[in-house]
Amino acid sequence: MSTAAALLTLVLASLATYACRALGVVLSSRVSNTGAVFQWVSCVTYAMIAALTSRMIFMPSGVLANVPIWVRVTICLLLALTTGVMLVSVYAHYWL
Amino acid sequence: MPYQARLAHVFRRRQALKRGARDALGSPMLVLLAGMLAYGSVAHQQGLDVWITSLGSVFIFALPGQIVMQEMLIAGAPLYSIVLAVFVTATRFVTMSITLIPQFHRRDRGPMLYLFVHLVAMTSWAVSMRAFPTLKRAERLPYFAGFAFTVWLVAFPGTFLGYVLAEDVPRWMGYGLALINPLFFLMSFAELRAKVSLLAVFLGFVLGPITYAWDPATSLLASGFIGGTLAYFGFEHLARWSANWREARRT
Repeated sequence: MSTAAALLTLVLASLATYACRALGVVLSSRVSNTGAVFQWVSCVTYAMIAALTSRMIFMPSGVLANVPIWVRVTICLLLALTTGVMLVSVYAHYWL
Repeated sequence: MPYQARLAHVFRRRQALKRGARDALGSPMLVLLAGMLAYGSVAHQQGLDVWITSLGSVFIFALPGQIVMQEMLIAGAPLYSIVLAVFVTATRFVTMSITLIPQFHRRDRGPMLYLFVHLVAMTSWAVSMRAFPTLKRAERLPYFAGFAFTVWLVAFPGTFLGYVLAEDVPRWMGYGLALINPLFFLMSFAELRAKVSLLAVFLGFVLGPITYAWDPATSLLASGFIGGTLAYFGFEHLARWSANWREARRT
């Protein structure tokens, strides 16, 4: 692979990423921040980011694919702990 | 606007900019640094050019897209398929910008946004969504700019250092650094106050691996739309059901 080809890929990949951000700007002019569309789109975004996070942990590509199993087990324990704290912080209000 | 009021307005915006930059200097900056160091060291191991790697962090500024590009470049995939794959991983930025920008002041929603929007990334989005309700409308863009620009500045030196130091740093350390990112997002989800967002996060978290097993390319989009829509429409029913349940238990 030549450096020029890699550079061209980099430029096009950067433009593709920026295009998504710019598309958001264009579409945002039609959305108010109190409407139902806004609520729904933010739900979709939270779900997308959460999906990305869980993929990073459970189905890693790249670096994470080589993470030793004991590290992943530790992570899962931390994960359970975080989820516990999350649930308690939300529902303690009702339980107590 | 009278002179005094205008001065106070400018002062408040400058304070917001500084507050954003200060908020970035703690854990967000370290988390991004960790991710970039890890990415740089992997790119070194796989034999990607140092400049392509570091400039990718500056101009793509989205680690999942960078990782996809790096892996496909190494595998020798055709140009159009690399660009398409990067584009698909970046589609989350469309909805991220749509939810961030309407919260800015009307006067801040001009052409300058096309400059600031490059700084939208997972960290700056999550932190801004949390901070915006506590800020005045006119303070939000300066806060976002201060935060996101500070974080963005770390991208190049982080990746470059990770690449250069790759041979001197033990391999397990690189893995540890790469895991800091997802953990940070888990922590920031734990602080979410709106329960409907929490439900969306939970559904997305569960759906992520499932949709990935089904089709890796569209996995993020699928779990976002399915999980987000279910959370949005299902939340009201769930809230009513749990209120009834509590009522029944009390009597």
